[in-house]
Amino acid sequence: MALLFYPEFEVVRNENRCIACRVCERQCANEVHTIDSESGLMLSDETKCVNCQRCVSLCPTRALKIVKSDCTFRENANWQDDTIKEIYKQAHSGGVLLSSMGNPKPFPVYWDKILINASQVTNPSIDPLREPMETKVFLGKKPSRIERDEKGNIKFKLPPQLELSMPVMFSAMSYGSISYNAHKSLATAAEELGIYYNTGEGGLHEDFYVYGENTIVQVASGRFGVHEGYLKAGAAVEIKMGQGAKPGIGGHLPGTKIVGDVSRTRMIPEGSDAISPAPHHDIYSIEDLRQLVYSLKEATEYKKPIIVKVAAVHNIAAIASGIARSGADIIAIDGFRGGTGAAPTRIRDNVGIPVELALAAVDKRLRDEGIRNNVSLVVGGSIRSASDVVKAVALGADACYVATAALLALGCHLCRTCQTGKCNWGIATQREELVKRLNPEIGKEHLVNLMVAWRHEIKELMGGMGINSVEVLRGNRLMLRGIGLTEKELEILGISHAGE
Amino acid sequence: MNNIEGKVRIPSGCAIAAVISKDGNRMTGEKIVESMKPMHDRSNGLGGGFAAYGIYPEYKDFYALHMFFNDRAARKECEAFLKERFEIVKSEIMPTRKIPAITDEPVIWRYFVAPLQSNLHNLQLDEKEYVARTVMKINCEMSGSFVFSSGKNMGAFKAVGFPEDVGVFYKLDEYEGYSWTAHGRYPTNTPGWWGGAHPFTLLDYSIVHNGEISSYDANRRFIEMFGYKCTLQTDTEVITYIMDYLLRVQKLTLNEVASVIAAPFWSTIDSKTDLYDKQKHEYLRTVFPSLLITGPFSIVFGFNGGLMALNDRLKLRSMVVGEKDDKVFIASEEAAIRVMEPNAENMYAPAGGEPVIIKVKEGAF
Repeated sequence: MALLFYPEFEVVRNENRCIACRVCERQCANEVHTIDSESGLMLSDETKCVNCQRCVSLCPTRALKIVKSDCTFRENANWQDDTIKEIYKQAHSGGVLLSSMGNPKPFPVYWDKILINASQVTNPSIDPLREPMETKVFLGKKPSRIERDEKGNIKFKLPPQLELSMPVMFSAMSYGSISYNAHKSLATAAEELGIYYNTGEGGLHEDFYVYGENTIVQVASGRFGVHEGYLKAGAAVEIKMGQGAKPGIGGHLPGTKIVGDVSRTRMIPEGSDAISPAPHHDIYSIEDLRQLVYSLKEATEYKKPIIVKVAAVHNIAAIASGIARSGADIIAIDGFRGGTGAAPTRIRDNVGIPVELALAAVDKRLRDEGIRNNVSLVVGGSIRSASDVVKAVALGADACYVATAALLALGCHLCRTCQTGKCNWGIATQREELVKRLNPEIGKEHLVNLMVAWRHEIKELMGGMGINSVEVLRGNRLMLRGIGLTEKELEILGISHAGE
Repeated sequence: MNNIEGKVRIPSGCAIAAVISKDGNRMTGEKIVESMKPMHDRSNGLGGGFAAYGIYPEYKDFYALHMFFNDRAARKECEAFLKERFEIVKSEIMPTRKIPAITDEPVIWRYFVAPLQSNLHNLQLDEKEYVARTVMKINCEMSGSFVFSSGKNMGAFKAVGFPEDVGVFYKLDEYEGYSWTAHGRYPTNTPGWWGGAHPFTLLDYSIVHNGEISSYDANRRFIEMFGYKCTLQTDTEVITYIMDYLLRVQKLTLNEVASVIAAPFWSTIDSKTDLYDKQKHEYLRTVFPSLLITGPFSIVFGFNGGLMALNDRLKLRSMVVGEKDDKVFIASEEAAIRVMEPNAENMYAPAGGEPVIIKVKEGAF
């Protein structure tokens, strides 16, 4: 039985404008566009189109549009279009549905229901163009007691810290899931910005060791590419316990992406699927995590902070409390709207909780237990703008992880088909002819531009509140008000309603 | 007790003044009360208060608890509680004058107490921590009772009203201290509760403060991890707890405390040439980022044996300092200093974040 339904998108070609230059044909790795050799006209196979907008963006005469097809099943509030199509697909393949990038379902986005304060009359706002406005933060455990030497001088003893010029870092995306050029863009941008990027679980390409001071190296359940040199190369080591897009399961990088340098960097044979197990098989409980944290500290001679990254799940406050007592220096919480290169659709769309609620609950719990100073909190999944950053910090985060926003800066159009490896923008692919479409110089420039713009906006927002250091924006929930939220939501977020 | 104060956050503008004798010479409260008159418009009649050091020499080994009670029943209940924890060597009604400008006063009482040694031993606490916790417990948990002063050989006096009237009400002309601070309040709502007036105190620490800090909730949520409870939701309260935490618990020096709460900008720290000084500032900012105080403030922090005046790092509130002989004067406006000492010298406005620390000669208090 063939899979029969009308394609999701239609390629609309304006024949009056089309000059049959065949750019669209060359640009589309999905092979949507072909030329009819007899008529000389361009043809489209819309069944292959993923709406990545590559052909639209590059068509020199703007002859192309991709539109959502209006050919739909009979309307049904319960059996919606996607639901029906997914049933057909599964009936056809017998397989688990796969998706990419973050949860697209219409769940509440709490960032959009939180408003930020500004000073009026009783307290002056501060103009960031005229006054210093500080965005520097340090991540890591803070000592609980000041110690002095016999002369009474303070002993400057500190657990290892990460210094960030602004409270944003590039989140984990593995080499393999994204391209060499994408990694290079992230690494060089992080270096220029004075922040960090994260290797993800695929190891660190030998060319990028030079960016080690701005690199967080990840250790995930598959332990791909992990060796002593790798651990020592980074500024911090992140243990990936979970990912917001797919809590409770491991990763799966198809063998087609395990080629050449990817295979070497991951230290696995070419063409073999890279499957990281759902749990770390040496961590079945919190005391096991403590052992891994300290193993990594031993391996890095206690010089680097250890980050434990977890997905935001129901019991996140208690989990975070356990991690804060495990010796970890930083906890990264990844919300359920976080992106992924590939995840089972059902998991991506139904498992986990919003990071706003997770952050608020964790920050409160750690403070209630008096251990907030043991760890820094980094949140991601999904932080979309400078105002999201400001809201996250005011709720209690020390810094934010961004990945999807960074990919958009590199050209991603969120077509959500990374898992096919045919990314026309040269990001989520290992095909050489596609990878080279992403110029790492330009990629870096765009990433730097984005972060510089965000930093300006963060300063403007802080100045409006009369705050001239991001340090005291952190956890400053009085600067936030909810709009259209229930009592319970406000209680969890620890904020008042607008007007209160 | 009217609990609007504490349920909502109350920003307020203010007037502050202080005087201290470096030789430990004692002065009556008259001058400091007078000093508030030219700054009348900086207050709005919703709160005024004073702190005085060296006023109880005959009871200097005992903690002086100044308390407000809603009624007699609240006092009886609280006294029973105090007796379980302290030896009370003296308890009396606070002496006051009836004046038309001050009305609706609560029951105001004063106790001189010493912690029961057996309790200290059982709880493994030092004396100050024990007193601080008791104060916190009464203020959080015993409705109708409020401790507004709890140090040794010092006391706070505060009320709803203009400060110059509050001084008359409490008969401050009859007290003699080597150091005085004063506060007139301009709150932006009408709480009408005496406990909300300033100074705010804990043990012998007192704060008078002018400003509205934008870091309030970050500071509050941090400091509450260490057993403090911000029941009033005022800036002054949280600043007092921060001072107590950094000085008494972390044992920082006053200068170091100033470097935490009014930290120099990173750019300033980076340009420092004295390596120890540079490292010290980097260290303090890294360790105590949540105790930085931003937004406008001028404070006078009182303690046994001295004062510290400090402005926010942008100097968003006025504050001037002057001297004459053994005395140092601090006020929001020069006019206040001139009232206390017309011939005050070396008048200057300290820079933002630059602490002015005045200590009484060793042994003179």
